[in-house]
Amino acid sequence: MSIRERLSGNEASAIAMKQINPDVVAAFPITPSTEIPQYFSTFVSNGVVDTEFVAVESEHSAMSACIGAEAAGSRAMTATSSNGLALMWEMIQIASSLRLPIVMPLVNRAISGPLNIHCDHSDAMAIRDSGWIMLFSENNQEAYDNLLMAHRIGEHKDVMLPVTVCQDGFITSHSIENIELLEDDVVKNFVGEYKPEHYLLNSKEPISVGPMDLQAYLFEHKYQEANAMRNAKNVILEVSKEFEKLTGRSYSLFEEYKLDDAQIAIVCMNSTAGTTKVVVDELRNKGIKAGLLKIRVYRPFPAEEISKALSNVKALAVLDRADSLNACGGALFTDVTSGMFVNNIYIPTVNYIYGIGGRDTTAKDIEGVYNDLIEIVETGKVDNPYRYFGLKS
Amino acid sequence: MAYNLKEIVANKPPVFVSGHRMCAGCGAPVVARMIMRALKEGDHAVVSNATGCMEVSTCIYPYNSWDCSYIHTAFECAAATCSGAEAAYKALKRKGKIKEDEHTKFITFGGDGGTYDIGLQSLSGAMERGHDMTYVCYDNGAYMNTGIQRSSATPHFADTTTSPAGEVIPGKMQVRKDLTEILVSHHIPYVAQTAALMNFKDLYEKAEKAIYTEGPTFLNVLAPCPRGWGYPTDELMKINKLAVDTCYWPLYEVVNGKYKITYKPAKKLPIEEFLRPQRRFKHMFKSGNEWMIEEFQKEVDNRWEELLALEAMSEKNLVNNE
Amino acid sequence: MIKINKESPWQDLTPGGTMYDAGNSLEFKTGDWRSVKPIYIEEKCKQCGLCFPVCPENAIPVNKEQKREDFNYDYCKGCGICANVCPFNAIEMKEE
Repeated sequence: MSIRERLSGNEASAIAMKQINPDVVAAFPITPSTEIPQYFSTFVSNGVVDTEFVAVESEHSAMSACIGAEAAGSRAMTATSSNGLALMWEMIQIASSLRLPIVMPLVNRAISGPLNIHCDHSDAMAIRDSGWIMLFSENNQEAYDNLLMAHRIGEHKDVMLPVTVCQDGFITSHSIENIELLEDDVVKNFVGEYKPEHYLLNSKEPISVGPMDLQAYLFEHKYQEANAMRNAKNVILEVSKEFEKLTGRSYSLFEEYKLDDAQIAIVCMNSTAGTTKVVVDELRNKGIKAGLLKIRVYRPFPAEEISKALSNVKALAVLDRADSLNACGGALFTDVTSGMFVNNIYIPTVNYIYGIGGRDTTAKDIEGVYNDLIEIVETGKVDNPYRYFGLKS
Repeated sequence: MAYNLKEIVANKPPVFVSGHRMCAGCGAPVVARMIMRALKEGDHAVVSNATGCMEVSTCIYPYNSWDCSYIHTAFECAAATCSGAEAAYKALKRKGKIKEDEHTKFITFGGDGGTYDIGLQSLSGAMERGHDMTYVCYDNGAYMNTGIQRSSATPHFADTTTSPAGEVIPGKMQVRKDLTEILVSHHIPYVAQTAALMNFKDLYEKAEKAIYTEGPTFLNVLAPCPRGWGYPTDELMKINKLAVDTCYWPLYEVVNGKYKITYKPAKKLPIEEFLRPQRRFKHMFKSGNEWMIEEFQKEVDNRWEELLALEAMSEKNLVNNE
Repeated sequence: MIKINKESPWQDLTPGGTMYDAGNSLEFKTGDWRSVKPIYIEEKCKQCGLCFPVCPENAIPVNKEQKREDFNYDYCKGCGICANVCPFNAIEMKEE
């Protein structure tokens, strides 16, 4: 039933969008996600999709147009990276607060400055508390699969939140790998039709969207949004289960790789997980009980589930591909450690900032992290929890 | 059909309804309501509104003053937001999800802050892309919502809270940007400048043309602000009249590139007539500041002559083409 | 009638603050802003129509016979534009 192909991460995303066949795509090119709107506009020009493609003059307008389109009652998508996301930041907040389930591939790239076009997660981290569901993808297959599930998650009546699907700029966006695609009609059936309850174009029930929301109401509206984010966890699991039935590919909130009996473990996201898996296998061959927890769902953050999954390791490293510049550690590190704290789990944990601006992340680097963890287990001491690897010093 | 104000007000729904919280005497609701009355019976409308006076006083949860669909997202992107809704309409119509005989018109309202300044890029983009929408700038000549700060629409020498008339600098030292001409340069099918006068014919007919011309259209509408301009609230229509009779605010339209001045004052009044009743120009009437009025007059005259020349050129071209 | 008010719990608010009852500000009365009040003097009125469209509040009701009626004081903010445009002194402004 499935179709075997060889595609880059960007191609895979564009093909997912083609199969979703959204009503409106509004996008502005930015490296390394440019190919997504490029491929997509080719689909539009060739009549393969019946989407209205809006070639906006900026990312701010891309997200504004998506908001207008989604509020109007249609499915809207865009794609971006880095500074494009930074420019749309204002509208990112508005999309989620208006409860509009827009879907956006985000091809991760360092935020300026200085200017750099290569991968890190500083763009994604800048919207981590914006009310968007954030899914991370290790490779092209996951980017494709996550996109196919995104509308089902975001549009669920208990959620009604936008979704972004992250993948690493160039590392996966431009690498051609094997992939299994679903047939068009299978995707169409799985994604289903968008039937919003209230929308601007309904002449029988005109609505007002985006009010001035003062002291008596904003708090409650934010609480509703927070609740929707809490609800999203179960919805993600349900949709993933259904997707697994269809494809055999299993997804959860995170992936545990040889974590069951692991004594030392790494937590990371996106393509670094692929490198880490290779190192885990090598270490296991040497009899070292190494494991990996790869985050798929970063928002909502599955703090309790992650804490439980890590509760038996002896030492832990959290890898952040963005420095929070706060003198105390990266965002993922803070999320993981605070999650463990409130769940009464204490494990010696260190943070590594790595891969900034597309700095290579090698198996040797990851092996170094595991060696550090072995030392921590042996000495029982963590002398500096806020570390770097790959930095020239 | 001949224009009949009484019939329009008696029979066409206001769409922009009572219970809004704009200041007493504000010029914006007067023009906005008349523009909305230009909608044909049975047509649905989606209004996109930039952050500003109009938005914060017509859509305060849980109340709204719009008897149509309405969306506000942010300050600088009302045009882009509207373009997205219009794109959705096209897509859903093509997919048969909206009936053929159902019509929705897309109208955006922004103040001069949201249009001349922070929203200029978004407006330019939406117009260039050719969306079937009407953008209305209600120009009150400053950022009134945040307390009368200068904008690029603020007239020369005007006293605002960020261009105060002081001992050394006598108000705003730059001339106003000509937004209407910027829109003309987009080569869109319909651009007009208008104001509320007497029986509102100029405003209503231009609104009707703008809304029902296919493609992107633009209206620049004078919307006096008693608080920001410093005149008594009951003087709205007098101020409007003086703005056009002094040719400070010429009424004209550009249809497919052809200029037409829709009102030529029988007797062009000196600019003092428009400036004098307004507190924001008070310092220009102090002795020693006569040069400011002279300079202002020169600018108005130049602009008016330019416009007359553009109209003459359009007429000549029309004759040549026939 | 609108059911949401300042005491409403979070469960009762509409998601995202979207409002499903277009034009419901008719329930929000702005007449109490007024410090001066326009008085309509019917005998002097020639139904010329100049005052019909100048009211920012749409507080001058016009019936199907295209004739104006007395002010709707629920919304009138007392700005006085109507009295100013009336050529027949058929509107007088009075202190409240």
